[in-house]
Amino acid sequence: MAGNKGRGRAAYTFNIEAVGFSKGEKLPDVVLKPPPIFPDTDYKPVPLKTGEEEDYMLALKQELRETMKRMPYFMETPEEKQDIERYSKRYMKGYKEDWIPDWRRLPREMMPRIKCKKAGPKPKKAKETGKGSSLTQTADVLKKIEELEKRGDGEKSDEENEEKEGSKEKNKEGDDDDGDEAAEQEEYDEEEQEEENDYINSYFEDGDDFGVDSDDNMDEATY
Amino acid sequence: MTQAEIKLCSLLLQEHFGEIVEKIGVHLIRTGSQPLRVIAHDTGTSLDQHNLVIYQVHKRGVVEYEAQCSQVLRMLRYPRYIYTTKTLYSDTGELIVEELLLNGKLTMSAVVKKVADRLTETMEDGKTIDYAEVSNTFVRLADTHFVQRCPLVPNTENSDPGPPPPAPTLVVNEKDMYLVPKLSLIGKGKRRRSSDEDTAGEPKAKRPKHTTDNKEPVPDDGIYWQVNLDRFHQHFRDQAIVSAVANRMDQFTFQTQTSSEIVRTMLRMSEITTPSSAPFTQPLSSNEIFRSLPIGYNISKQVLDQYLTLLADDPLEFVGKSGDSGGGMYVINLHKALASLATATLESVIQERFGSRCARIFRLVLQKKHLEQKQVEDFAMIPAKEAKDMLYKMLSENFISLQEIPKTPDHAPSRTFYLYTVNILSAARMLLHRCYKSIANLIERRQFETKENKRLLEKSQRVEAIIASMQATGAEEAQLQEIEEMITAPERQQLETLKRNVNKLDASEIQVDETIFLLESYIESTMKRQ
Repeated sequence: MAGNKGRGRAAYTFNIEAVGFSKGEKLPDVVLKPPPIFPDTDYKPVPLKTGEEEDYMLALKQELRETMKRMPYFMETPEEKQDIERYSKRYMKGYKEDWIPDWRRLPREMMPRIKCKKAGPKPKKAKETGKGSSLTQTADVLKKIEELEKRGDGEKSDEENEEKEGSKEKNKEGDDDDGDEAAEQEEYDEEEQEEENDYINSYFEDGDDFGVDSDDNMDEATY
Repeated sequence: MTQAEIKLCSLLLQEHFGEIVEKIGVHLIRTGSQPLRVIAHDTGTSLDQHNLVIYQVHKRGVVEYEAQCSQVLRMLRYPRYIYTTKTLYSDTGELIVEELLLNGKLTMSAVVKKVADRLTETMEDGKTIDYAEVSNTFVRLADTHFVQRCPLVPNTENSDPGPPPPAPTLVVNEKDMYLVPKLSLIGKGKRRRSSDEDTAGEPKAKRPKHTTDNKEPVPDDGIYWQVNLDRFHQHFRDQAIVSAVANRMDQFTFQTQTSSEIVRTMLRMSEITTPSSAPFTQPLSSNEIFRSLPIGYNISKQVLDQYLTLLADDPLEFVGKSGDSGGGMYVINLHKALASLATATLESVIQERFGSRCARIFRLVLQKKHLEQKQVEDFAMIPAKEAKDMLYKMLSENFISLQEIPKTPDHAPSRTFYLYTVNILSAARMLLHRCYKSIANLIERRQFETKENKRLLEKSQRVEAIIASMQATGAEEAQLQEIEEMITAPERQQLETLKRNVNKLDASEIQVDETIFLLESYIESTMKRQ
């Protein structure tokens, strides 16, 4: 074929002149490393626009950022334990508003489940919001089975397990004074009520069943 | 979603909602729809409140969630929305929109209360804002479609025979979208100060319970409002077109900004009649335009006609003539206008990055559509070596692309034509991607700077708090001086530098967002046409 100058001889398949190198000229070096991260540019960027409008928007933006942090929608990660408890921390704590979502607009399964503390007859709070979901009580194994039958779908246990693993801290705060406001309020705001002390409410509640369950597995451990 | 967009979304979510929400959001964006069991529920509710996540009931009864990445990116633009409302509706409107943006969805009464409270706080003692004023502004906002109703839960009066569906299917009622419920909101804004007459003497802790005086359900319960972002976008687009026309035509006329006024009038007249994604507005007759011009402009009909003809003949083709009835029917070519704006953006980017010669080559190729290398050199009147160099630079950055036209069926390179061409759509997309990356970089850098100087910032905050409390309790000048000296001069300078840098980064974010808006509108408009 035309263009084949001979076997084994290096030849370009196209007209090298078109690309800009004259015949026989030294080609540029092969690039062996990635380009620099901050290359020098020949043309510096144009300065930013300044003016009243821009200043105002800047102030707005920074204010918005700050305000967002104080909104109830900003979920903070539970902080790790600090080695020294700082005095100033107490004075810098922000003030957070409470927020109750409108459960009618959201899927049923989003409603958080709480641990109920009473070992006795657990009031089945039929909190019929628009979707008719009911709170589940998870402290008791029997109750779990009962409600599994009631809901009729198997995904409950998965979610509960996941819930237990994932958000232990949230559940701690979710314990409440049960009997007080059960009947009156339609909205689900029991999370907001907290006990005065620091103890986990459900810790000592499982009176009857507590010993029963544990004895089954502890055959070998008694010394 | 591209990687750059995902990164940007994650940064934004983290800044505004905290880390937990961010992880959930990013996970959702990456993996598309997901059932609940993979996600913790609390954060889901918060995202949904802000319209960032939509859910749908899947066939098997499992609810799936999807994150709306584009909504997250809009968060960058919140200051612009608020500022625009301020220019249009003054402070009241601005506060309404701000509250709605911060809270996602709100009922009208809640909004009115909050805004009235905030306004009252900033006014002098003794004056209070009437709820009626705030509601008026709200109604005006709804009339011009800046706020709209959220989709509603359908009313099920009869009890369902079976279990209710796991998730309500939200219904969008088109007609009622902007209907304001009839509320008689009587009341005044309350100040959050202990010397308020109503609650004199009560400890502050009881205050939140007291402000919700009426226990009966609010009449507009369940009717939530949200900000209509599309309408804002329409407004921004109109602004961009008007300013483009002003820049082009009004430099050479004696009267100040007549042609832009004409275009603005036309756009205003078609605000509500034309859907925002239409390629051009409804035809308007020149008589109508003459009648709707603002009162200050006393130009005669003939002058108006002349201007319209001038606008229609302009090569930019913003305005087109579509008929002769009624003194001439004119339309505004929205799509063409957006395309020209996007092209102008591209050109200026090239000019700033590579120089004005490169920009000349770019404009040349744009105009002639396809050019060979030799022709480029000839037309642009630039020496061959330089022209090649520039072309390849632009090619490597993907502003220009190559089109191969083979002469022979075997596509041999020596016998193929290689033509340079500019594909505006793909170049715009590439530039948009770059913008996302740059904003992500800006945010990261800002966070880095803040984190580096965290200790210093905290110290200055503490000192300010101390000074404020001491001033409140009446301290002497000397003591204040002493406290202020706790921050040494080099530290003060460091703080100054930090503040300046952060401000610059923030301002850059806002301005890059303007470019993003232009490019996004152009791409959206092009996609809709196809």
